[in-house]
Order: sequence, then structure tokens, then C-alpha cells
Amino acid sequence: MQSILNSRDIGYLKERAREMRIEILKMLEKSGSGHTGGSLSAVDIVAALYFYKMKHRPDNPDWAGRDRFILSKGHAAPLLYTTLALTGYFDKSLLDSLRRVGCPLQGHPSSKMLSGVEISTGSLGQGLSIANGIAMGLRLDKNPSRVYCLLGDGETQEGQVWEAAMSASHYRLDNLCAFVDLNGLQIDGRCCDVMNIEPVGDKWRAFGWHTLSIDGHDMQAIVDALDEAEKVKGKPCMILAKTVKGKGVSFFEGKAEYHGVTPTKEELELAIKELS
Amino acid sequence: MGSRDQEQKTQNADFAGQAVATRDAYGAALLELGKTNQNIVVLDADLSGSTKTKGFSKAFPERFFNMGISEQDMIGTAGGLSLTGKVPFASTFAVFETGRAWEQIRQTLCYSHLNVKLAATHSGITVGEDGASHQSLEDIALMRVLPGMTVIVPADGFETKQAIDAAAEFEGPVYVRLGRSKVPAVMPKDYKFQIGKAYTYSLGKDATIVAAGIMVSAALEAKEILANEGIDAGVINMSTIKPLDGGALLAAAGKSKLILTAEEHSIIGGLGSAVAEFLSENHPVKVVKIGMRDTFGCSGPPKELLQLYGLTAANMAETIKESLR
Repeated sequence: MQSILNSRDIGYLKERAREMRIEILKMLEKSGSGHTGGSLSAVDIVAALYFYKMKHRPDNPDWAGRDRFILSKGHAAPLLYTTLALTGYFDKSLLDSLRRVGCPLQGHPSSKMLSGVEISTGSLGQGLSIANGIAMGLRLDKNPSRVYCLLGDGETQEGQVWEAAMSASHYRLDNLCAFVDLNGLQIDGRCCDVMNIEPVGDKWRAFGWHTLSIDGHDMQAIVDALDEAEKVKGKPCMILAKTVKGKGVSFFEGKAEYHGVTPTKEELELAIKELS
Repeated sequence: MGSRDQEQKTQNADFAGQAVATRDAYGAALLELGKTNQNIVVLDADLSGSTKTKGFSKAFPERFFNMGISEQDMIGTAGGLSLTGKVPFASTFAVFETGRAWEQIRQTLCYSHLNVKLAATHSGITVGEDGASHQSLEDIALMRVLPGMTVIVPADGFETKQAIDAAAEFEGPVYVRLGRSKVPAVMPKDYKFQIGKAYTYSLGKDATIVAAGIMVSAALEAKEILANEGIDAGVINMSTIKPLDGGALLAAAGKSKLILTAEEHSIIGGLGSAVAEFLSENHPVKVVKIGMRDTFGCSGPPKELLQLYGLTAANMAETIKESLR
């Protein structure tokens, strides 16, 4: 089936998100290794980006007029791979080879090995600086393309994120829109216990960002926030998306244990049942 | 203005035969490049006066990005700019560029093989008075270990100018190590720099000194000292440390009884290590190293520090004589 890109039909977007969740779980069950919780929490955001907001051409990944997406939280690679497959960058069957030797679907995204991936990520805290650089370059070229960046909430404990937050604001990068996937959990437990990041909205506002707070699973809210972000002038936009880790599968939801654990065959069957 | 004057002016702009700090030659090279190549962009971390990127920033303010005191963000931003087809030069002191932002260089630049140029100044102990915190003695090792990274250490202003031009032309990450202090001109006026190609002044029957950066001029002095004592020493300027010019080393190892490496850097992981690694596999010959011997530097005038840490022509001559005994 040919996917429809740039659809504003909320029902259609929700359906794509549901399909993405199933594919993510299937690929993770098959690989037996990878990050389940943080892939599922950001599905709705990425579905809205790739099926609604972003200008892109799956048959021409390097098209100069494309909007750019930087997955700063690179461990959500299964989410990116699923999105690229379902929008037509490559055949869905490739998803079965996640993390295998010689496979372009590396444990964390590698831009040298898979087209559609803008830049290799995986070491946390680096994506926003890269997104800033792209935004600066596009602006120099008077290219109207926009840059989107997705960060994890635990990731914002990295100092470089705040260097980049300062730079984006200093250089008034209004062609940049970032998300923080606020699922509240990181490998060692709750963010508030490991290293508190609150008050997160105050922080981004203090750094000079146009800051929105939304429910990261409310498709209408995501779509509306993306539209608002595009209208902001003179400053970058931050969309703080409150999410649930493992969203969509009752027995994974809100569990730090599922950060880097994949579903068993039985769990996959149950999960697909819940999602169907 | 006559054509003769014009020619003279061009030559001066190339720094041929001129004693100049390599950072000054870098600043001038950037300015020239900025005029001819619209894709050149420059980033600095609040040291543009010292790294000499300030000239570029004045001439092309829209293509200059001062990132403030945030080296990690500077490297990531340079990577992002390269993804839009720009050719970024990112500059700060060598110790901060390669040390503070090493993981950004590894993950963002090298793993994705981005077309970013790292031109770092204030390398080695000739930083002088600022002391050990600002004297980078590990940068060659840190950059050399990264897959796909090219490492260049120019010896004088003339070579720097050409190395910067070559780096801008080259596709991929490049590290260029520059210095703070003025260095004598050592490259002949007809010299043409090429990435990966060493310059051999001569090969010695007794020893050949393989040097880089400011140590090339000291090596040429050492050669004279030794000649007066009847010892035949040659000199190679190994200005590209990665990829190493194996052919030049094989020629030296085939002729000389001894190879002496000389660098203003730790003997662990730098030029000496690179040469020893290559020769031990391809043409085993005795390799002796001049460099910082697993120690930090300290404050003081550059000249005194070179003496204190044994990085002079006299030290080279003495080491060669001892090793030949």
C-alpha cells in the first residue's frame, strides 16, 4: 500500500501509529535485543512528523527540499526504522534484520549504512547541536526546509543539550522545532530519582525557547503543536510531550525495566491483541 | 602596480620563506578561502582573537559562528553545517578541541565521516606561560586513533597555508595542528604540500630524523651539528601523520642505521608511535623518540621549556650520537 504523506486526518495518523507500534514490537521480538519502552513512547510524535508535517520523499532521501529529522535519542532506532519502512524508504522485510551482522539497521542509527537516517546517533546529548548546525546551514542557503529533533528526557541531563539550547536561542533558529519525550523514566529508574530534570518547562523558557506542553499521545494536540511551531518567529520551538514509556502495551507501560528489554513471543502475541 | 609587484604580493600571501606562527598563516588562509569558496564557514569557541579566525569573522560575519565557551556544541554544530554542504572549520585551542570534545568528534564527525575541518591552535608546550592546562601534548594520539580522521601537523607558515587549502578540498574529517609561537620558514619555495606525502630533505647514512611541526627546524639544525662531527643525518618532515607516508619511511629505514622521531607531543601515541608501529611491521630498525616523556608541561617562555623537556637540536644530536654508540 502506498502511504499517504502530509495527511491531517487524525484517524489516519492514529492508525499509522498503531501499525508502527506493532511493527516495532515484531522487530524487537525477532532481534531479541533493543529498546522497547522509549521507542513506543515517541511513536505518536514521529507518526505526526513523517505522515503529516514533514516534507520528504522516501524515493529520494537526499532531496534538498526535505525537512530534516534528527533522532537525538538514538536508542529509539526501532521507531525510526519502522517509520522509514512504513513511509517507503525501504522494504518492510528489512526490519527483520535489526542488529544482525552486516545489516544496515544497526543497534543505533548509522547514517553511513542506511539512507533516510540524517546522522548517526546513539551517544546521548549530541543531536540538538547537529540540528542547530543544519538549521544554520539551511538558513544560509535560504532553504525554507525545517529541522525537527527528538530528545529523551533522561538525555537532557547531558550538559551539551544546554549548550545547544543556548545556541539555538542565541542564533534565533526559528526553523528548528525540538521535542522532549517526557516518559519520566531512564535505565536506572525514574528521572526524578536518578537526576531530577524539573522544572523542565521553566528551563526551556528561561533558555529563550517558545515552549509548548502537550500530551504526547494526543494526536490532535501533536498536530496542532507542530502547526503552531511553524508560526513562531525569532526563536526555536520546544514541544514538551508528556508520554508513557511502553505506551500501547499495558504490561510494558510505565516500567523502567522495559527500557532495554524486548518482548518474548508470548508477550508479542498479547501485545498485538491489545493493539488490534 | 606592475605584474612583478603583483607576483611578489602573492608570494608573501603564501608565507614562502617567512617566519610566522602557523596560527597566523591559518587565519590568512581562511580569509583567502572565504573569498573563493562560499561554502566555507568558521566556528570558534570564544578564542577567535587567539586562533586567528577573527579576520574571517570580520570579512564574512554571516558565515562565522561564535559558539561561546562550549566546544562540544561547536563540534556538533559544525557537523550539522557540513550536512547542508558547508565546509566548516572549527577552531579553538588544541587541548579543548580534541580533549573536551573528543567524543563529539568520534560519534558525530568520524562515525558519519562528516566533512568538518578541525584547525586547532596552541598545541604543544610552546604555548608557554599559560602552563600545563593549556599545553596539548595528547592531541595527535587522540585524533590519530579515530577511523577516517586525517591528521596534519604543518612545519611552517608556507606549509600551513597549503595544508589548509588541501583540507578544504579534501572530503572528510581533518585535524590540523597549529602553534602559537612564531616558527622559522623551513619549506623550500617550490614546495607543494600533498596530504599523505612527507617531504624528505635528505636521507642519512647514519640516522634520519623524522620530525613534524616546530621540530622540523630543530631537526635541520641537528643535522648541521652532526655533520660537523662527521655523522651523516637526514631529515624528513612528516607533516601528515595520518595517513603516514610509508614509502618515505621505508626509504629512510633502508638507508639509515637509526630513525629518530621528534615531536612537540607525548612520545605515547604521537608521531614516534606511528613511525615505530609502521617500521616494526614493515622494516624493523632502531627507532628512538624525542618528545614529552609521559609528563605534563609547565609555565615558562617557550624557548626555555623546549630546553627543559629536551626538545632542542642539541638534544637530537646527542640522542643520535648515544644511540649510534
